[in-house]
Amino acid sequence: MDRYIKVPIAKEDAKILKAGDYVYITGIIYTARDAAHKRMYEILQKGGELPMNIKEQVIYYMGPSPARKGHPIGSAGPTTASRMDKYTPQLLDLGLGAMIGKGKRSPSVVDAIIRNGAVYFAAVGGAGALLSKCIKKSEVIAYEDLGTEAIRRLEVENFPAIVVIDSKGQNLYETAIQEYCLEK
Amino acid sequence: MIRTVNVNEITENIKEMCIEVNHFLSSDMTAAMKGAEKKEKSVLGRQILGQLQENLHIAAEDMIPICQDTGMAVIFLEIGQDVHFTGGSLEDAVNEGVRRGYEEGFLRKSVVGDPILRKNTGDNTPAVLHIRIVTGDKIKIKVAPKGFGSENMSRIFMLKPAEGIEGVKQAVLTAVKDAGPNACPPIVVGVGIGGTFEKCALMAKEALTRETGKHSEISWAAELEEELLEKINQLGIGPGGLGGTVTALAVHVNTYPTHIAGLPVGINICCHVNRHITRVL
Repeated sequence: MDRYIKVPIAKEDAKILKAGDYVYITGIIYTARDAAHKRMYEILQKGGELPMNIKEQVIYYMGPSPARKGHPIGSAGPTTASRMDKYTPQLLDLGLGAMIGKGKRSPSVVDAIIRNGAVYFAAVGGAGALLSKCIKKSEVIAYEDLGTEAIRRLEVENFPAIVVIDSKGQNLYETAIQEYCLEK
Repeated sequence: MIRTVNVNEITENIKEMCIEVNHFLSSDMTAAMKGAEKKEKSVLGRQILGQLQENLHIAAEDMIPICQDTGMAVIFLEIGQDVHFTGGSLEDAVNEGVRRGYEEGFLRKSVVGDPILRKNTGDNTPAVLHIRIVTGDKIKIKVAPKGFGSENMSRIFMLKPAEGIEGVKQAVLTAVKDAGPNACPPIVVGVGIGGTFEKCALMAKEALTRETGKHSEISWAAELEEELLEKINQLGIGPGGLGGTVTALAVHVNTYPTHIAGLPVGINICCHVNRHITRVL
C-alpha cells in the first residue's frame, strides 16, 4: 500500500511498514556511501563519535553529481547497498532507523534489521534526475574532502521508495521474483 | 596520403560526447526502454519503467545526468593508419577531453587514482582507452561511460571446450541471476566468447555498445542471443529487481577464435542507462 512517512523514523513507525509498501518520504536524511562508511567505522573502532547522531535517522546510499546553478543538487539516485554491508550492523545497533539504497543485503544486515526493528528501502536505480526533484536542500556536514562521498544532510519531500526488507525480515526481492520466475 | 589531425580536435569531441551521452540516451536504447513498458506484465514493474521514462525526460530537459553515476569513461578509438597526429600526446588529449567534459558538464567525478589508496583524482581521469589501428584516414571515437553498479556484477568464466554452448548459457544465466537487483535492471548483457582471458572481457564490453537488440551476424550467436534473452526474462527479476517479465532489454554476443584448450566467456552487464555515442572524424 501507499504510505506517506516522516523521517527521522521512530521504531514504532518503522514496525508498521511492510515489505512491498510504496512510501513517500519527507524530512531529513543523510547521505553516506563507501568512503564515508569506512571513515565512520574507523572512528567507532577508535572509540570516537560519529559526525551526526544516527539514532532513528535514515542513511541514503548516494553520491550526487555536482549541482548546476539554481539547483540544490545534481543527479541523486541510490547506489548498491551491499558494499556497505560490512559496516551496517554496527550502525543499526547504534540506533540507525532506516536505509535507502538498491540491491540485496547480507544475512548479517537482515539479522541486524530484525534485531533493531529497522527498515531497508529501495529507490529506483538509475532515476537520479527524477529523484533529485524531491531533494529540496543539501548541505555537506562532514568529510568534505571526500567530494561526492561526503556526508550530506538532505531535506526531502515525498521521496519515492519501496520497502524491500521490513522489521520482521520479510524480503521483497525474494518474494516478488518468485511470482514471475518461470524457472522452478 | 597522410592526413594530419591536431589532437585538440580529439579533446573537443570527447568533451562534447561525455556531456551528451550522460544526458541523452541513444535512440536505440530509448526505443528498447519504450518497448519494455509494453512488454512488462508486473504493475510495479510498469510503474518503475514509467518513472525511468520520466527520468529520461527530466535529464534531457533540465540537463541533469540520467544517473548520478556518470561512470568511468571507457573510450574506443579506431584510428586509420594514414592519420598523423600533431599538437601533443594523443592519450593526454583524450584525458583532457574527459577532464573538461566532466567539469563543464557537471558530471560526477568517480575515479580514484589508486585502487588501494583510493584518493579521488577530482576530474574523472584517467579514461580507460582502447585503441585499434585500421586502414584508411578516418578516426572513429566511441565514448561509453560505465557505471559500477552493473560493472561490479560482471564475470569471466574460463570454461572447458567440452562444456560447449550449454556451458556458455549457464555462465550467462548465473551472472544475471547473481546480479539480481544490484545491476539496475532492465539490463543489457554483453557477452564475449573466445579469444583469451582479456579478449573475452573486452569483447563483452564492446558488445554493450552495439545498437541495442541488433543481432550478431553469426547465425548460432544470433540464436544464442535470442534464447538467452528469453531465458533471462523468465528469471522473474524484473525492473528494479522487484519482480517482472522484463529483466534484460538485449543480449549481444561477440566472438573471436580461441585456443584448442579453452572456451573463455566474458559477461559484462550494463544497467538500463547503457550509454554509448560514436563520432567519425
